[in-house]
Amino acid sequence: MANIISDETIEYVGILSKLALSQEEKEQAKKDMGSMLDYIDKLGELDTSAVEPMSHVFPVKNVFREDIVTNGDMREDILKNAPGEKDGMFTVPRTFE
Amino acid sequence: MAKQYETVIGLEVHVELATKTKIFCGCSTAFGGEPNTHTCPVCTGMPGSLPVLNKKVLEYAVAVGLAAGCDITRYCKFDRKNYFYPDNPQNYQISQLYLPICRNGKVEIETEAGKKPVRIHEIHMEEDAGKLVHDEWEDCSLVDFNRSGVPLIEIVSEPDMRNAQEVIAYLEKLRMIIQYLGASDCKLQEGSMRADVNLSVREAGTEAFGVRTEMKNLNSFKAIARAIEGERERQIDLLESGECVVQETRRWDDAKGESYAMRSKEDAQDYRYFPDPDLVPIVIDDAFLEEIQSRQPEFREEKMRRYREEFDIPDYDIEIITGSKHMADIFEATVALGSQPKKVSNWLMVETLRLLKEKEMDPEDISFSPENLAKLIALTEAKAINSSVAKEVFEAMFASDMDPVKYVEEKGLKTVNDEGALRQAVEKVIGDNPQSVQDYKNGKEKAIGFLVGQTMKAMKGKADPGMVNRLLKELL
Repeated sequence: MANIISDETIEYVGILSKLALSQEEKEQAKKDMGSMLDYIDKLGELDTSAVEPMSHVFPVKNVFREDIVTNGDMREDILKNAPGEKDGMFTVPRTFE
Repeated sequence: MAKQYETVIGLEVHVELATKTKIFCGCSTAFGGEPNTHTCPVCTGMPGSLPVLNKKVLEYAVAVGLAAGCDITRYCKFDRKNYFYPDNPQNYQISQLYLPICRNGKVEIETEAGKKPVRIHEIHMEEDAGKLVHDEWEDCSLVDFNRSGVPLIEIVSEPDMRNAQEVIAYLEKLRMIIQYLGASDCKLQEGSMRADVNLSVREAGTEAFGVRTEMKNLNSFKAIARAIEGERERQIDLLESGECVVQETRRWDDAKGESYAMRSKEDAQDYRYFPDPDLVPIVIDDAFLEEIQSRQPEFREEKMRRYREEFDIPDYDIEIITGSKHMADIFEATVALGSQPKKVSNWLMVETLRLLKEKEMDPEDISFSPENLAKLIALTEAKAINSSVAKEVFEAMFASDMDPVKYVEEKGLKTVNDEGALRQAVEKVIGDNPQSVQDYKNGKEKAIGFLVGQTMKAMKGKADPGMVNRLLKELL
């Protein structure tokens, strides 16, 4: 494996993705991430110096909506997706800034 | 000698656009709905939902950009800004990093030292987040996604401002452009305009920038001025005591007059932006730009210039009236209905401003129509009502925009011009107040004022004061 992921990197990625990883999981994640990066590195073997970076796979542009209200009140359905509900709102773990 | 410091300020201004629907879905943006009644799979981030750009958002963003002298990006796209927070249901905010819609703008502000340009780095389109409410009783927070997906533009300035006055002049300038376009009402207190202040200090005369902090939660011009002063002092104190300023986001507590750091290192911000694959690129052609350009309104400076040429009213009046697009619209429409400009301006400058201040209202909230103001002015011109009655009628009109002609008729407020009736009233007042009559005859000119007042009272305020005066003098 060419890409070695450091303990610091895995710790940092864990914080960014809000995951609490056990020591075992961290070791596994280091291996997985290393092999993923190895795979991606293969792309680097191609010469892309003359290719514009692509931002979209379809040759489609300018898809717009008119500014007209088309949705009604669908709170009941939307709240079915909530982990918990109170007073018509989603409940989540207490969150401060 | 103590070191001299210069403050360097750049602003990030978020403006909520006045569209009917959200930026990427057909949900209403109306304020004040029951929680989550303006939501759908798109604005609650359900997997498989597909965002589609509201064309009006693009039009407003381009119009603001053109008015602020920006280059419009002809090939533009959206990116995902990744972060976890419960008010952000997708775990990313759709924004623009690589190809924002507008770049390289410039607006001119008025400062004590004359005109000064403030450069605009970029303007980008993005979506607002939901609202978090902290439950007092249970150990949880509640989320309302009605605001999630409401369109915003973020206007990022270059670090060209040096003090609070310049910052406020810049914000006023932006507000005038945006209000004149009808793109937003720009109310700081209600959050439809939000300003984050990036501030650093450096020793006077040096070129390099100091380390800056970003200050949030500033919801009035006064709070902005206080926060700038507070942060400048905090940074200078740090430097003077040999410490370093840390680059961080701080929250201003206006009640306490101090700020505190918002995020710790544990929450390092690394947004990992990448192009949003759900949204296709936007290509802007000349025809689109020309159309937006042709719809641009007369902006404030042009309007002020035209008022000076067309209307014989003081500069101060012009400044106040054009300071609100809505007030300027009322002024022009009333004049167009045939009222004398000076009269219209007087009603706006005196009674309207008084009532706005008394009721803590914004000029944008004025609800009386130009038609009714024109009718009221016509009534006073025809001397059908006297000035104190006119004020009373105006107050009622300000509250409920009723027809002043009908109101005067229904309430029986018409001035009594019947000389016979008035003569009788004056005779009675003279008979009832021999002391004042004597005073007047002894040369006390002021005594006549009391007699006029007594007559007006007897006529329930509906007499023509000029006629009362004349009759009194005649009969005495």
